[in-house]
Amino acid sequence: MTGFFNRLLPHPFLTLLLTVVWVILQNNVSAGMVVFGLILGIIIPLITAVWWPDRPKGLRLGKFIIYTLIVMWDIIVANIEVAWIVLTRPNAKLRPKWVVVPLELRHPEAITILAGTITLTPGTVSADLSNEGHSLLVHALDTDDPDEVRDQIKARYEARLKEIFS
Amino acid sequence: MIAAYATAACLIIGAGFALVAAIGLLRFNDSMTRMHAPTKIGTIGIGALLLGSMIHAYETGHGSFHELLIMAFLFVTAPISANFIAKVNLHCRSCETPPAPPRDDTWSTLDAPTDESNGAKTRS
Repeated sequence: MTGFFNRLLPHPFLTLLLTVVWVILQNNVSAGMVVFGLILGIIIPLITAVWWPDRPKGLRLGKFIIYTLIVMWDIIVANIEVAWIVLTRPNAKLRPKWVVVPLELRHPEAITILAGTITLTPGTVSADLSNEGHSLLVHALDTDDPDEVRDQIKARYEARLKEIFS
Repeated sequence: MIAAYATAACLIIGAGFALVAAIGLLRFNDSMTRMHAPTKIGTIGIGALLLGSMIHAYETGHGSFHELLIMAFLFVTAPISANFIAKVNLHCRSCETPPAPPRDDTWSTLDAPTDESNGAKTRS
């Protein structure tokens, strides 16, 4: 039974996401739309399953929602911080620095989410990955201590993502 | 009435943040720092404008969730465009050279194949 279920829904999270996006796109929460969204949500992951070779098996949805809320809050704080720097800090006093973040995450999906999170949060943009994928290159807009930025990224985001994709 | 004020407040906040993003883009003097302003402030600027649009739509009875989708897609795509601008900067050497990564040889953008390995000239 579980084998059949796994084959019908190779990517349950994608199924859920496609259904929700379809219903919002139609702007009409009726039974018909939900059913049609579900059909799309089942067919599209089935057709594209070939292109998801090493997808992460488990995803803890509860922790992922908490992570999303934390990131949303950080985005708001980040925006105000960067806006303040833009308006008040003269160019000569700006201290842009490269920060190297060694990665413990191995899933490509998790690294992608981490890189996206870093770009959207306080004064940091993820620029590049090392050629074997063991570290992430981050550009910080204004910092005097790259190690502190690195430790904060690792403690606040990477540790949580590791739990989500365990 | 409250909805109208809320819409107006959202529009002002959104427009303000968009203005700051534009100022940041013009003001900073190096291509890497320049990228910071639009990628971050832009998202909240547009987010506030969309929130205003949503409140207004609900007040006038044409409520829709499309704005949520726009926001979601924007949050997914903004980091990718920023990443590509950063990669171009690294590739063109138009910024400070980053320190070498601790465990691997080099950064993937700087990892050009050598002349010996593929027999072709890669960089002039």
